[in-house]
Amino acid sequence: MSIAITTQIICFSILSLVILVGAIGVVLLESIVYSAFLLGGVFMSVAGLYLLLNASFVAAAQVLVYVGAVNVLIIFAIMLVNKKEDLKPISDIKSRRIISTSICLTLLSLLIRVDLTNVWSLSSPQNSIGEESTIRIGEHLFSDYLLPFEVASVLLLMAMIGAIVLARRDVMSKDISTGLPVDQELIEKSSEPLLTNKN
Amino acid sequence: MMNLESIPIQAFLIVSSALFCIGIWGLLNSRNAVRVLMSIELMLNAVNINLMAFSSYVDNNLIQGQVFTIFVITVAAAEAAVGLAILLSLYRNRVTVDMESFNLLKW
Repeated sequence: MSIAITTQIICFSILSLVILVGAIGVVLLESIVYSAFLLGGVFMSVAGLYLLLNASFVAAAQVLVYVGAVNVLIIFAIMLVNKKEDLKPISDIKSRRIISTSICLTLLSLLIRVDLTNVWSLSSPQNSIGEESTIRIGEHLFSDYLLPFEVASVLLLMAMIGAIVLARRDVMSKDISTGLPVDQELIEKSSEPLLTNKN
Repeated sequence: MMNLESIPIQAFLIVSSALFCIGIWGLLNSRNAVRVLMSIELMLNAVNINLMAFSSYVDNNLIQGQVFTIFVITVAAAEAAVGLAILLSLYRNRVTVDMESFNLLKW
């Protein structure tokens, strides 16, 4: 990469700071909408990290797929299920918090220890192929990774059909009991929740 | 301080470890189901950063890590679509997104 090392370090520090603060905000903020927008910021910063690693194609894919599709989908879901509800208090919330936080901190210290103590046998990233990486990814996708590529297309088709089937609302043109045509505009209001009385 | 040629790979690995642990914490502690899905996305991104770092530092000629990252992004997109569809149908049946109330399969 042709950028000076000082610039790289400054960019890396800013990007990783945004990633970590944004991620903490995503899990801790009260408002779920703020979390969703912060998540978009985290995705953009991760794309910036990919650019620092000489991977322009993956950075573009990250912005397109994560920010453009996944984040928008999450914001739509928030819009559809956005209802103020008073959460039932949990009796043992404090012990749960303590246990989960200690598990996460233990895992983090373990991972950081492995990161720092292991001796990585690395080649220098200076002589990386840079802009040729897009060509190389294309060659991979159509030669040795052809089967995973095709399986991924089938997976996307299955996910699309599955999402449609799961999120579909069954709307019938005629009422079963009376045979009269159903007023389509009232379907939203008249549908009774099925399982709410079980608890 | 030693004279650096490039950012050490440990920096990327530490950032991705921290991101992964934040994701796990959010997954375990969130009450809102949408936030659980967001935490899963954070964890997938941490894995992607790891793959990209190793692809750039270890395998910078074949860049198989970048191909894997593309596949992970694909799977993440499919997961988000199906997860949010499940969430919508769950919300339609239970009128809540509180994770504590989804205990139908609990023993």
